Amino acid sequence: MSSIAQAFDASPNGKAFIPFITAGDPTIEVTEQLVRAMADAGADLIELGVPFSDPTAEGPVIQDANIRALENKVTTDDVFDMVDSIRKSGCTVPLVIMTYANVVFSYGIERFAAREREVGLAGVILPDVPHEEKPEFAAAFAAEGLDVVSLIAPTSHERIREIAADATGFVYIVSSLGVTGVRSEITSDIDGMVSLIRAANPQVPCAVGFGISTPGQAARMAAASDGAIVGSAIVRMIGEHGGRCVEPVAAYVREMAAAVHGV
Amino acid sequence: MANSTTSRGRFGIHGGQYIPETLMNAVLELEEAYDHYRDDPAFTAELTDLFNNYAGRPSLLYFAANMTTDLGGARVYLKREDLNHTGAHKINNVLGQALLAKRMGKTRLIAETGAGQHGVATATAAALMGMECVVYMGVEDMERQALNVYRMRLLGAEVRGVSAGTGTLKDAVSETFREWTNRIDDTHYCLGSVMGPHPFPTIVRDFQAVISREARAQCLAAEGRLPDAVLACVGGGSNAIGSFYHFIGDEGVRLIGCEAAGRGIGTWETAATMNTGKLGIFHGMKSYFCQDEYGQIAPVYSISAGLDYPGVGPEHAWLHDTGRAEYVPVTDEEAVEAFEYLSRTEGVIPAIESAHAVAHAIKLAPTMDKDQVIVVTLSGRGDKDVAAIARYRGEDLHE
Repeated sequence: MSSIAQAFDASPNGKAFIPFITAGDPTIEVTEQLVRAMADAGADLIELGVPFSDPTAEGPVIQDANIRALENKVTTDDVFDMVDSIRKSGCTVPLVIMTYANVVFSYGIERFAAREREVGLAGVILPDVPHEEKPEFAAAFAAEGLDVVSLIAPTSHERIREIAADATGFVYIVSSLGVTGVRSEITSDIDGMVSLIRAANPQVPCAVGFGISTPGQAARMAAASDGAIVGSAIVRMIGEHGGRCVEPVAAYVREMAAAVHGV
Repeated sequence: MANSTTSRGRFGIHGGQYIPETLMNAVLELEEAYDHYRDDPAFTAELTDLFNNYAGRPSLLYFAANMTTDLGGARVYLKREDLNHTGAHKINNVLGQALLAKRMGKTRLIAETGAGQHGVATATAAALMGMECVVYMGVEDMERQALNVYRMRLLGAEVRGVSAGTGTLKDAVSETFREWTNRIDDTHYCLGSVMGPHPFPTIVRDFQAVISREARAQCLAAEGRLPDAVLACVGGGSNAIGSFYHFIGDEGVRLIGCEAAGRGIGTWETAATMNTGKLGIFHGMKSYFCQDEYGQIAPVYSISAGLDYPGVGPEHAWLHDTGRAEYVPVTDEEAVEAFEYLSRTEGVIPAIESAHAVAHAIKLAPTMDKDQVIVVTLSGRGDKDVAAIARYRGEDLHE
């Protein structure tokens, strides 16, 4: 079982709370503190964003975080080194990279996957790599025992069966149309999407992201699936609090994780 | 060789569909509709009618006698896409896509624009066909091309400024993709160049191929032979691919794309993708991009808002790999000189984008024999650029 799948298994109720942060925002040192603090606060799996100059799937909040991280001159190698340091400090929370195809492609897909395994990362989420283009990336990651996470959107319809059938790690359910960002309500038929995924692949867990910010939303999405992913709400706090963000983010993650684990 | 599109829209290793899952069914639906209509007699008849009776096609292949005499080498012809309705080649693609979108039941067009020519063309087609239109434009470009912004609004389009990133064409493309993921059912993304995910590079090429279909026949009629070289400027590459396409199988015809070198390919202020970029994946396609060692897309620069793009269409990347086409850099200064030269010599004010191709013709023609022929595509007219060129020359002229 991959370490991503284990993250779901190891949670108190099999439901995972998955926070996202952009590495290097506000600084790579604070990112390292945030990872440890979120793990202590109950995060089951953490998505680490490697910043990209043109993040086309992101709303304004995470776009700004990418800009801040790149202004700090944070590179892919800096993110790997930071994860290495986290692992050497004894923190074992599963970590998955979220970034864009060109960041991995330009580094060298095999080299990226090998470096992920070396430092103890679990795989990668690439929002601009759909099912049709996944094989180009998946082979190198599979060879290292890592996952390339598949995404399913409200527009996927008949594509869900095929995507879910060869998904590994977990299936990322994009809750809504549009880009990342907080939403007051999620109107998509999550139950319908989950049942199609489970029918096609009973082994792989699935978690819902895009738009979730409140404990109530997280609990509802985790009840309907196997987990809840929260990005923009946390990244916004980091943007507001800067270097003093660790405490408020930890408190928020504790509340959200409790909501997910209480389902 | 001409029919190079394989399944999933690959040109050699280039192309593909690197886009969010949210958009996959939209591009698959577009591909299906295009495959259905591309050879549909009613569709092609309607498009031909729009080309001929609305856009003013066929465009002239004009023999530039003064330029030919002055340069003292090859006989120079100008393919006058600047004479099309809305003043550029962009209308060819837009009429095709708008017609296709209507057939697909879409009621709203969204588009990116750099210089504003594609935005104006899209706003025009939307007005003609009774569709809603929203155009995304970098705030930097809105400043450089204020007249086109007003023109789009006059045509009933909404222009949304994009301040993200460098506030130029690449950011406008990113923002239009974001908007498309937000609203798909009634909306068609009318992409302006031979770029983005499959099937856009193929669709846009096919609608622009009218340029070389006409130019090839016109050259045969005027000269009794094919040209020795075809020149066009390349940003994303739509007028260039349209100018090259029907000549690709004619091996004696050199195909030369003229890239915007900005202040020079040895500087960071350049947009010459083939000459300075490397292989990457961005905006839905694998191709060449200006980027740093970690794959961060470079903030490119050119005096021309229409060529100020860090990538190039995948079919061009493939023509470059195979050596079938050549891609040469042209600096701001060379382009401005060509802009002024053509105005003085032929009484034709070219778009600053097209002036990049004219600049290379000025270098190339004198090296060729007097019985040789070159065709230079004038992709657009230069009215929109007059104020910017005046400022480049130090005159404080405002529109």
